[in-house]
Amino acid sequence: MAAKKLNLKDKYKLLTRDLDWEFSYEDRKKAFPYEDFEGIKINDWSKWEDPFRLTMDAYWKYQAEKEKKLYAIFDASSQHNGHLNVSDPRYINAIKLFLTGISPLEYQAYQGFAHVGRQFGGVGARVACQMQSIDELRHVQTQVHAMSQYNKYFDGFHDWTHMHDRVWYLSVPKSFFDDARTSGPFEFLVAISFSFEYVLTNLVFVPFMSGAAHNGDMATVTFGFSAQSDEARHMTLGLEVIKFLLEQDEGNVAIVQKWIDKWFWRGCRLLSIVGMMMDYMLPNKVMSWKEAWEVYFEEAGGALFKDLARYGIRMPQYADIVEKEKEHVSHQAWWTFYTYGHAAGFHTWIPTDAELDWLSEKYPDTFDKYYRPRWELAKKLESEGKRIYNNALPQLCNTCQIPMLFTEMSEPGQIAYRVSEYKGDKYHFCSDGCQHIFEEEPEKYVQSWLPAHQIYMGNCGGPDVPDILRDYYHFNLGADNLDMKGSPDEQRWNEWKKQG
Amino acid sequence: MSKVYLILQDNDISRYIVEAVEADNPQVTINYQPALIRLEAEGRMVVNRDTVEEKLGRQWDVQELHLNLITLGGNVDEDDERLELSWAI
Amino acid sequence: MPVRAITPDYTGEIKDKLENFHGNQLVFAGWDGHLMFPAPFAWPLPPAMPFVALRDQVMAGSFGIHPEWAEINWDRAQWLLDGQPFVPDLQKGLAEQGIGHKSLLRLQTPELKGFMGAGV
Repeated sequence: MAAKKLNLKDKYKLLTRDLDWEFSYEDRKKAFPYEDFEGIKINDWSKWEDPFRLTMDAYWKYQAEKEKKLYAIFDASSQHNGHLNVSDPRYINAIKLFLTGISPLEYQAYQGFAHVGRQFGGVGARVACQMQSIDELRHVQTQVHAMSQYNKYFDGFHDWTHMHDRVWYLSVPKSFFDDARTSGPFEFLVAISFSFEYVLTNLVFVPFMSGAAHNGDMATVTFGFSAQSDEARHMTLGLEVIKFLLEQDEGNVAIVQKWIDKWFWRGCRLLSIVGMMMDYMLPNKVMSWKEAWEVYFEEAGGALFKDLARYGIRMPQYADIVEKEKEHVSHQAWWTFYTYGHAAGFHTWIPTDAELDWLSEKYPDTFDKYYRPRWELAKKLESEGKRIYNNALPQLCNTCQIPMLFTEMSEPGQIAYRVSEYKGDKYHFCSDGCQHIFEEEPEKYVQSWLPAHQIYMGNCGGPDVPDILRDYYHFNLGADNLDMKGSPDEQRWNEWKKQG
Repeated sequence: MSKVYLILQDNDISRYIVEAVEADNPQVTINYQPALIRLEAEGRMVVNRDTVEEKLGRQWDVQELHLNLITLGGNVDEDDERLELSWAI
Repeated sequence: MPVRAITPDYTGEIKDKLENFHGNQLVFAGWDGHLMFPAPFAWPLPPAMPFVALRDQVMAGSFGIHPEWAEINWDRAQWLLDGQPFVPDLQKGLAEQGIGHKSLLRLQTPELKGFMGAGV
């Protein structure tokens, strides 16, 4: 007699819950030593539900199919000179930033989920974290494979893991994940599964990837959507984590809210880079950062927080500031990279006149007033042979590690300065949000590895900036950095197109 | 009522999934952007296995949705027959 | 709670303490209303450096690329030191007049409106 096919719910039960065991001769508390110290109370792990009821057999089957599709497209792209099909060689610089700034976070997520997947007492949570850990490893691998095609033709792709650990602006994403991974297991889940995956990663993997497609980058859009299909599962897990924690114990609500507030703010600061990639680095436009923010945070996140209100959870703190900042951050970030273009591992440029007009149209309340004049000045100085390159290092925020480039939303022409004193030293911040995070856990953030300060302590080689860029960061000076105009990337592109 | 959404890769299988969602969710709105299709509905949306199988003309496992899925928003409930997205309010 | 940690009474190592800067101290300076400079600058400086050297060498060396730097009337320029109004003594050393490790100076030149009058 043929075995009866199990339905999804029974299969899930057998292949997760029934894999667990009781501790008969070992102390359960010693087996899961990190479960208590954050103050979270779990009364019954069996209440954990995976809404997709994904089991390992189905996981391997569908992931294998995703990979086959993905690699077929990578092959097609490299066999047909996919690098020549992108809209404009400037676009490739967004991918350089992706490889050095975002792909290593996938690896950090892999390590983080492998760790917490060991630490939870509940088997449902362990299985879900294990699958997510494998997903994240897949993401970093597929991203590296996709971008290896570009490494053959463009500068700046050659030493991304090294750069991630050392380059000044890459300390922003690196420290974000370091912060999450050095938290307890429950904070890690709220930080990454919920605040980051559920609330924010759509902004990276949906509108930006749609933009990659619109700029002829077949390989990137394909890995992006393939990754995001896993993220859809992670997001759902993130939402379940929150609901589970909130239902387990009333005392968990205040702790979870605090973590949501912290990680929403940290995530928003991190996404400044993505905002800039959308508004300035995609030559063919899909939507502005502001529009993407409205669809994927204000609308989607708004619905989410309305749903969570029944548990006593409110919108993240400072969401009102962020709503105003959507008009500003992408412009402030790109201006910073433009004026520090000699110290970036990718090319920067002045937007074309048509692009400046697009920005005016998309940001009618802010662009012409605050940002277009900066580009007019840049154009003037460039035409006089004085392209702007700042020669001193910027002051950094002690929490997000971003240069102090953000302005007061009540007065957008004024840099926002915040300072706290702790044990006799001053600590500077870009915002109330970052200051608040420091003040909650100063002993953690006095340890921030701030690149500008490390350089001045002599910990990054030198003595001069070019020495640091070349020897400590592994930049190929004159090829990886400086303006797009006159770069080897641009010259090669023009040669290929002439031959074409 | 808040909107739930489902975003699919703009490919040939998704075309039939979209047809199935349209058939079973008359209130759904569909929006095409480069490489993706965004389906949105007030409060609730369901993808039924039967309808997708009828449109595709072959057997289809609800978990196959993951092959064409980009992202979604809403509380998820999935079993052998359907995937449902919903918001309580 | 200074940190949420597994170890009781956990303390972190202060990475940016003065002793780590080999005799220098960190000084930050921004020029309000001149966002050609996207963020304030940071420098490691000898605590005994006279203020005039900070202004006319260090700051001028970085802010000097702005077309308005040369137009500043230093008699009318205003300063904030760590958020408080401050009148520098040009000849005195930084530390001697209260500019300490990780102090922030803000230069204000209200009559200079920036490029195109736009605070740039």
